[in-house]
Amino acid sequence: MENILSILVFFPAVAALLGFIVDKESARAYGITVATIEFFLSLWLWFSFDTSSAGMQFVEMIPLIPDMGISYYLGVDGISLFIILMTTLMTLIGIASMGETKNIKNMIVTLLFLEMTMVGVFVALDAIIFYVFWELSLVPMLYIIGAWGGPLRIYASVKFFLYTFTGSLIMLVGMLFVAYIYHNLTGVWSFAITDWYALVLPVNYQLWLFAAFFIGFAIKVPMFPFHTWIPYAHGQAPTIGSVILAAILLKMGTYGFVRFSLPMFPDASVLSITPIAVLSLIMIIYTAMIAYAQKDVKQVIAYSSVSHMGIIMLGLFAMNAEGLSGSVFQMLSHGIVSGALFMLVGMIYERRHTKLMSEFGGIASVMPKFAIIFGIMLMASVGLPLTIGFVGEFLVLLGFYQVSPIMTILAGTSIILGAVYMLRVMKRTFFGPLDNEENKKLKDLNARETWSLIPLVAIVIWLGVYPKPVLAPIDNSVKALLSFMDEKAITQEAKDMIRVAKSNKEVN
Amino acid sequence: MLEPINVSLESLNLITLAPMLIAIAGGLIIIILDLLNGKLHKSLYVMLTILVLFVDFGSVLGLNVNERGFFDVMLIDGISIISQLMIIGGSMIFIPLALTSKRFHEYSYPEFFALFLFMIAGFQFMVATDNLILIFVGLETASLSLYTLIALHNRSNSYEAAVKYFTMGALAAGFFAMGSAVIYALTGSVELYKVAEILATRLNETGLMIAIFGSSVLLLVAFAFKLSLFPFHTWAPDVYEGASAPLAGYMSVVPKIAAFVVSIRLFGMYIDLGIEWVRWTILVIAVITMTLANIMALVQDDVKRMLAYSSISHAGFIMAALALDTTEGNTAIFLYYALFMFTNLGAFAMLWISRNKKRRFDAGHDHPYEKFAGLIQIMPMGAVVMGLFMFSLAGVPPFSVFWGKIYVMQSAVNAGYIWLAIVMGLNSAIAAYYYLKLVVYMFLKDPVKDVDVVYYNISKPLTVIIGFATVATVAAIFYVQPLVSYLYYMISASGY
Repeated sequence: MENILSILVFFPAVAALLGFIVDKESARAYGITVATIEFFLSLWLWFSFDTSSAGMQFVEMIPLIPDMGISYYLGVDGISLFIILMTTLMTLIGIASMGETKNIKNMIVTLLFLEMTMVGVFVALDAIIFYVFWELSLVPMLYIIGAWGGPLRIYASVKFFLYTFTGSLIMLVGMLFVAYIYHNLTGVWSFAITDWYALVLPVNYQLWLFAAFFIGFAIKVPMFPFHTWIPYAHGQAPTIGSVILAAILLKMGTYGFVRFSLPMFPDASVLSITPIAVLSLIMIIYTAMIAYAQKDVKQVIAYSSVSHMGIIMLGLFAMNAEGLSGSVFQMLSHGIVSGALFMLVGMIYERRHTKLMSEFGGIASVMPKFAIIFGIMLMASVGLPLTIGFVGEFLVLLGFYQVSPIMTILAGTSIILGAVYMLRVMKRTFFGPLDNEENKKLKDLNARETWSLIPLVAIVIWLGVYPKPVLAPIDNSVKALLSFMDEKAITQEAKDMIRVAKSNKEVN
Repeated sequence: MLEPINVSLESLNLITLAPMLIAIAGGLIIIILDLLNGKLHKSLYVMLTILVLFVDFGSVLGLNVNERGFFDVMLIDGISIISQLMIIGGSMIFIPLALTSKRFHEYSYPEFFALFLFMIAGFQFMVATDNLILIFVGLETASLSLYTLIALHNRSNSYEAAVKYFTMGALAAGFFAMGSAVIYALTGSVELYKVAEILATRLNETGLMIAIFGSSVLLLVAFAFKLSLFPFHTWAPDVYEGASAPLAGYMSVVPKIAAFVVSIRLFGMYIDLGIEWVRWTILVIAVITMTLANIMALVQDDVKRMLAYSSISHAGFIMAALALDTTEGNTAIFLYYALFMFTNLGAFAMLWISRNKKRRFDAGHDHPYEKFAGLIQIMPMGAVVMGLFMFSLAGVPPFSVFWGKIYVMQSAVNAGYIWLAIVMGLNSAIAAYYYLKLVVYMFLKDPVKDVDVVYYNISKPLTVIIGFATVATVAAIFYVQPLVSYLYYMISASGY
């Protein structure tokens, strides 16, 4: 199956269209089945993926609008492969664990459409196709937040939409300009990213274009100071919305940096290491502090997720294999861990209809299973060794240490700060006296909830202990990316900054 | 004694006149039919109109590119052919909207359809000539018919709309006549190609610049009225509100295509002559138009007025492409309108079918946002289709208007106006808000109790038209390529 990527993209879309016909009562089963098939398709992609090769695989290319240089161009490499796997996995588990009962059919259809757009973003190799999926992903999310969210849902959903839409329009102008330069140099129109990689741009062009793409991606990540939409989005979104948002949609931003900014503008990337590192540090420390001040468990997790996105950003701009691989790995671990945490909060919310920490206390004794899983996820989020969170965070810090030890130490406080606010959540909700009458009647996780969380726990521990099967293909592609950037960089300082892994250089 | 003038029939090349004559003959046939039998149903006239338009369409397709005819007054170049095709195509989508399930005043008169065909002939004359007098005649024929079509809706605010449009149109016609007079005074010709030649030789004369300035300002004002550009856009929302919904949608597309073609001929000439400030004036007007109209659209309570302001903003968008004066820029104008036509007509048609059960005389507006609250629960299909149109208008890919938008932005970037592309991007972001507002009302709010929207006007033909517009909106990605290459070929063939 050479066209497995197309199947991966359009299977959920077709399923969503057909889902309109499925009866309301059976919608959930339909959704779970479709998501499972999609997940197995992505597993198939992994098994047929040649992990030794660093280039694009399963490439498909059909010219769509040749006069404008737009073609349907898909491909996958070690970096996007695992993000796709995470996308299908988290969608499956999100649907399986969903407690939502209102308008369940609409929810399933929307989620399947959303899955199409998310997979599409990660497999697209044509800038316009990427942009199409990128923008299209806003629509289902708008509906999910706006239709199933909390009291301020409409404000939150519109804010989410407009923020991202504005940023990406600036990015679109950047894309059009790159295409224009490409046309000037070669005489043909092309939006294919792989064609664009061949462009060697002067540094001032790179800086402007980097800025244009930065606005689009940074709002999505969300980087400080563009993060103000996310507390609203998470605060108002239903559980499934937060899970998808934190686990996958935010990764689109960081993935965009890897796919576009770094290889296309290596010099500009090197020049902006310091500003981006500073913004990332602000993200890490400032949002961690805000997280500590929250009374609402979901908000704590929302801010902690922003804080961890800071670590990912830092790793991307470490310009060496450890940092970049760690960062990509951290995207996966953040997706799984924060997704799981949002699910857990959603489960307790369904039982008590409150997310305030002050309402809880001592519930470990009535909900032991819940407390154990929550504890594991919390430790993974903090970055405890032998959990998935440790690997990525450690590699990122290791990588960035070569850039700036001081900043790395500051970033390392994220582990301490994370431990502080997360353990506070743990203490205030699970331990202490069980003094609230309502909490005594709480039921522990039921079979559906337990079984949707257990795979995540297994992955958290498996990849924490033995990350190699995932890390090795990522590392391959990252090293190829770095040596490509090193060759392409035009300034000497950029060449010095980009550390190409030794083994890779010897091979070349 | 005057010498007798010998004109051979072949040299007249009468075939260039055929499309307009077909439309006019069609109009006359409809009037004669009415004289013979006054009790014929409107469906007959609708079908006849479509058939006449079909023949008209065919005769335009059969024309050769770059021919002149009728004492060199007619000019059949690429843009005149594609614009005629678009005008006829748009009209063919519009006219079946008359087949409503309810009776409407205007459609009970066969004159409506006759006038409609005369109007199309007027537009065709406008685009198929570079003679200022014939442009004027075409413009007036079309406009006078259009005023009447609006007034035929037979409600107090449609009279107001018609009179307002008439007054403004008359003023614009005056400006156009004065501008043409100045051009004639300068060059002794009303044929634009001769005007361009003569002006090019005389550009360096002292004092001439003032006269050129005067002529271009007068013409700009005239077309700013017709295209509803700032600061001459104020009539548009009122007129759209007074006109029936499909006619409002029609007015936001087809007359503007005709006016844009004339603008390309006129202002393209000025810019080609190297008169840079014409370009800059147009750019400034365009940017102000799109921004201001967007901001005005944000604060509207009525969906129809919102759509009116949004089409003003889209016109500003296109006007900016005109100022680029590149082949790509001109292609962008036509591509944008070709794509925008389906979506916008579809959106107005949705207003046309989703009417209140009872007409409420106390309401200030016909289509307040509240009317659409919770539409997803009342008429799910209608809400989804309207939502699609809104997302398309907002420029969300992969729907039709997005492709027009990126083509316009790409041609701005290619012409070196990156700031313009950024302004366009930011404007699209502002615009997204008010389109989204309707989507939010339709999908995320609960219906207001005493407002009941029903498929008031729905009939099979209307469903077909809206279905067609939806397909054209959603599947745009598949026909953009042939459309772009055809438009680009035709425009570059006519040297723009």
